[in-house]
Amino acid sequence: MKADDIRAMILEVIHEIVPDEDLSNLKGDVRIRDQIEMDSMDFLDILMELRKRYGIKVPEEEYMKLSTLNGCVAYLEPFMKNI
Amino acid sequence: MKNSTRVVITGIGLASPNGNNLLEFRQNLLAGKSGVSKIETHYMGEVIAGICNFDPLKYQKKKELRRGTRAGSIAIYCANEAIADSKIELTSLDKSRTGVYLGITEHGNVETENEIYNIKQYNYNVDTWSHHHNPRTVANNPAGEITLNMGITGPHYTLGAACAAGNIGLIQGLQMLLLGEVDLALAGGVSETPHTFGVFASFKNEGALASHPDPQKACRPFDRDRNGIVVSEGGCICVLERLSDALARNAKIYGEIVGYAINSDASDFILPNHQRQTECMGLALKKAGISASEVDIVNTHATATREGDKVECKAIREVFGDNANAYINNTKSYIGHTMGAAGALELVGNLPSFEDHIVHPTINIDNLDPECALKNLVINKPVKVDKVDYILNTSFGMLGINSVIIVKRFAG
Repeated sequence: MKADDIRAMILEVIHEIVPDEDLSNLKGDVRIRDQIEMDSMDFLDILMELRKRYGIKVPEEEYMKLSTLNGCVAYLEPFMKNI
Repeated sequence: MKNSTRVVITGIGLASPNGNNLLEFRQNLLAGKSGVSKIETHYMGEVIAGICNFDPLKYQKKKELRRGTRAGSIAIYCANEAIADSKIELTSLDKSRTGVYLGITEHGNVETENEIYNIKQYNYNVDTWSHHHNPRTVANNPAGEITLNMGITGPHYTLGAACAAGNIGLIQGLQMLLLGEVDLALAGGVSETPHTFGVFASFKNEGALASHPDPQKACRPFDRDRNGIVVSEGGCICVLERLSDALARNAKIYGEIVGYAINSDASDFILPNHQRQTECMGLALKKAGISASEVDIVNTHATATREGDKVECKAIREVFGDNANAYINNTKSYIGHTMGAAGALELVGNLPSFEDHIVHPTINIDNLDPECALKNLVINKPVKVDKVDYILNTSFGMLGINSVIIVKRFAG
C-alpha cells in the first residue's frame, strides 16, 4: 500500500469512528484531535482497526507518532508496503 | 397530605414496538395493533421479537450512537421525549437536582455476546476485544448515557429487578423526591434484550419462548393455546415531580402515584408465587388507602407462559374477589415482553383512560383459558366505562421479585 492509499485508508477509518465530523479540510501536519472532535477512546478505535484489518499492533510508547495524518502515513508505510 | 409529599407524573417519553410516543402507543392499543415481528439474531436465526422503530438520531449524534448501547439509545430517546412532553425547558432545568432512575432486567449481555462473536472472527485473539466493552456493560450504562446526553449532574443509576424493574424505577424516583434528594426524577425502565440471543435460547430451552406462524399472534396471555414469551425491546421514562412543584409551574398532570409495593417470593428462581403476588397487591392498596373495589383497571403482568398467567389470575381473584369492579387487561399481547421497560410502559399505556374512559383490551385471545377467565377481563375489544379513578399495574420477575404501582386520576 502506498502513502496515498494509507492516507485514504486512515481517513476512511476516522470517518467510521467520528461520522459527524467533516474531514475534507483535515490538515496533514496538525494534530488530528486539534482539528476535529475526537477523544482518546476514538484514537484507540483507530488502533483497533489497524489491528483487525492489518494485524498491526502499535506499542503505547509510539502512539504520539500517529497524532497527525502525516505521522500516521509515515509510521504505517514500512508495515504496509507489502499489503 | 401536603402537596410536597405527593408525587405526580408530568411527562412521558416512550419507545414501544407499536408506538414512539404516548399518543401513537395509545391509538394502537385501542385499535388492537400489534408491534411484534420477526428478526434475525446470532446463532438462533429467525426469532419472534418486538423491535422499536424510533429515530435514534433525533437526540443523538452518529458518534454517540456508535459509542453507546441500544439500551442507552432507547433511554436517551425516552428521556428527551419525556422532558419535551413535560414542557420543561432543558436549559432552565436544574440539572444538579435531577435524578435518573431506570429499571433493567439485564444489561451487558448484548455487548458481551457481540464481542465474543467478534473475537471469534479473529481466532479468539483478545487484542481485538473492544475497549468500549466496559463502559457499555457497566450496569448504570443506560441511565449514565442519559446524563451524558442531557448534561444532568444529579444522581443516576439503574435498578436490576428482572421483569419487575420498570415499576421499581418509578418507585425509586418517587422515593428520592419524597426524601428531598432531587427535585425532578426521570424514572422508568428500558430493555435492549432482543439483541441478545442468550435470552431467547434460555427461554426456548426452558419451554417458555413463544412460537406462532404469525408473529403478531405469538404473544397470547390468557389464551388456552399460549406457549410463552415474546422478547421485546422498549423504554418508558416518566418525569416525576412533587405535586407542589408541578402546580407551581402549571404542569399537565397525568396522574398521582398513590400506592406502591415491592416484595419477594423467597420460593423459586423462576416459578411465581401467587401468595406473594397477592400480598404485594395488598400492600400497594394499603399504601394507597383504598380497597380493591375502588380500583378501576388492573393492568396485568401476564407474559403468556402457561404457569405464570394462571398464578397471576389466582392472585388477582384472591385480591379482587368475584365482585370486583376493576376491568382487567394486558399490554404484552401487543408488544411482547419489554422486560425492564414493561412495568412503566404498560402502566402509561393505560393513563389516558383517566380522560377517555376507555379500557384497552387484551388481544390474541381466541379461546380463553378457563383458569384465566377473570371477571371483567377485557378481551379483544376496548370497553367504555363511566369513570376511571385508580389504575393498578403489576410486574413480576425472576428470583421472585414483585412490584405493584397504583396511580390515581388527578383531581386537585
